[in-house]
Amino acid sequence: MLLYAIRRFGLALLILIVAVTVMFLMIRAVPGDPVQIMLGPRATPELQARLTAELALDQPIWKQLLIFYGNLMQGDLGIDVFSGRSVTAIVFEQLPHTLWLILGSIAWSATLGIALGAYAAAHPNTLIDRITAAISVSFVAAPAFVVALLSLLIFAVNLQWFPAIGAGEGFWGRLDHLVLPAFAIGLSWVGYIARLVRASMLEVMGESHIRTARAFGIHERRVVMVYALRIAILPVVTVIGVGMGFLLSSAVFAEIVFARPGLGKLVIDSITTRNYPIVMGSVLISTGLFVVSTALADLINAWLDPRARTAA
Amino acid sequence: MAKSRSELGQIIHGVARDPLGLMGLIIVGTIVFCAIFAYWIVPFDPVGMNIKDRLQGPSWTHLLGTDQLGRDTFSRVIAGGQVALQVALPAVFGAMAIGLTLGMIAGYGPKWLDNLLMLFFDTIRSFPTVMFALAVVALVGPSLQTVVFVVMATSIPTYGRVARTQTLTLRNSEFILAERSMGASMKRILGVHMLPNIVGVLAVLAAMDIPTVIALEAGLSFLGLGVKPPTPSWGALLKDGYSLIRQTPWLVVGGGLPIILATLGFTFLGESLRDVVDPKLRKQR
Repeated sequence: MLLYAIRRFGLALLILIVAVTVMFLMIRAVPGDPVQIMLGPRATPELQARLTAELALDQPIWKQLLIFYGNLMQGDLGIDVFSGRSVTAIVFEQLPHTLWLILGSIAWSATLGIALGAYAAAHPNTLIDRITAAISVSFVAAPAFVVALLSLLIFAVNLQWFPAIGAGEGFWGRLDHLVLPAFAIGLSWVGYIARLVRASMLEVMGESHIRTARAFGIHERRVVMVYALRIAILPVVTVIGVGMGFLLSSAVFAEIVFARPGLGKLVIDSITTRNYPIVMGSVLISTGLFVVSTALADLINAWLDPRARTAA
Repeated sequence: MAKSRSELGQIIHGVARDPLGLMGLIIVGTIVFCAIFAYWIVPFDPVGMNIKDRLQGPSWTHLLGTDQLGRDTFSRVIAGGQVALQVALPAVFGAMAIGLTLGMIAGYGPKWLDNLLMLFFDTIRSFPTVMFALAVVALVGPSLQTVVFVVMATSIPTYGRVARTQTLTLRNSEFILAERSMGASMKRILGVHMLPNIVGVLAVLAAMDIPTVIALEAGLSFLGLGVKPPTPSWGALLKDGYSLIRQTPWLVVGGGLPIILATLGFTFLGESLRDVVDPKLRKQR
């Protein structure tokens, strides 16, 4: 297990290094002088020279990369050109908002999805099973930002049940503001998770330890809820871990639609003001988050199911 | 040729027999039809302004109302389908072609090349799609080509991985071993014998990938980072609708429904295609 963990995190680290290098080269490959792009056409030559030296742009490219990595190791992603604050601080200020949103979305959709999937598996080919299947297929396809816009239109603007903008103050205020965005992000996951749980549940129900449990005269509900479900929700863990990038992407849109603070809003605002250090810092941190969560999901899976360790 | 046509006929027949597949076929057919004949279908010029009639609700003249510049929403929806397919089709086919080539090389070539390509795939996949798209847009500026590039780059790994797995499985199958023992060249083995066995699976994947691509294009245009105005993209419609959401609901509805319909149609079609082309895949999921 330890060996697997080391190997898996080694791979994650390797991927991150390559990803960061690609990112770095991409920034440098863009035609035009980065200093001029950052400072705009009206900057004085002195200011341009100072920033060039600060960013070490006058050095050869491999040295720039080394300096970049050196700074990265110290958690330094550069300085915001406009406010003069550290990019790391700015990004980490916004990150919790996004993480809460993702957590809220996945919490409700996983709970409902697992319940629906388990019920459908316990009662296959009943009306509820068919309705769940139809809803799953339909909602899996719905892009989060369209759902966000339509729910904004219906529940915030027309019915006025929920607030339309911002993140809210205090616990209840925050929760109130979380409902619609979390609904929009989670909707496509409900059906997806339900189908996943149903499939793996049907597989588990046929296994011998379930037959044994039944033979011992354990109540059917307990067999389903405790013995089968515990194993059947395994794939959900993996899917959520791997889906982190997808969740992050949806969160970007939900934040824009509902004018919530967070990583997505930060990036979009930074693109419009051409604030490159912030855009790159946010992309790097979200990529890191994604790589780590994928690795974690693999690890949890390997811990719960020893067969997965040898497969990878 | 005649054989492959009858095979294609069988596939279409199989899809049409499945109710969801038929629905997908109808929706996708309608969208493609509207996109091809958009010029003759639209009642108004999709970019023609008419300030006098701005922000109207639905009527017989303007089926879905008008926007803040008096442009006919229905016409823009129809023309938007054209833009969506203009992005989706080249992007998906490009990604499929590159992914297929790299995947087959990874599956058939030496181990070190396989490892290198897999690392390449894993790296691309490690960027959250929208974040990667935003980074690229920030660097090179928004345009239709940027969207196509981003979509292509981010979906290459999906095709590459599947092509690689298929190649690895086929590599040791009897008919390939027989071919190799007869001295067939690598080009012949990959091109003539393996390719036809991989393309089907990838085509299914492509059909299921199109909704994601359409959604991404619409999403970027919604953020104002996709196609440039006044090009009538569904996402651009949503962008206008979002800023006018308290004045008129019809822009959000007009932009949102076609996206949902298109994603639904392609998903149904893709799922049904998968069941017909390769029933084994269904069990794997």
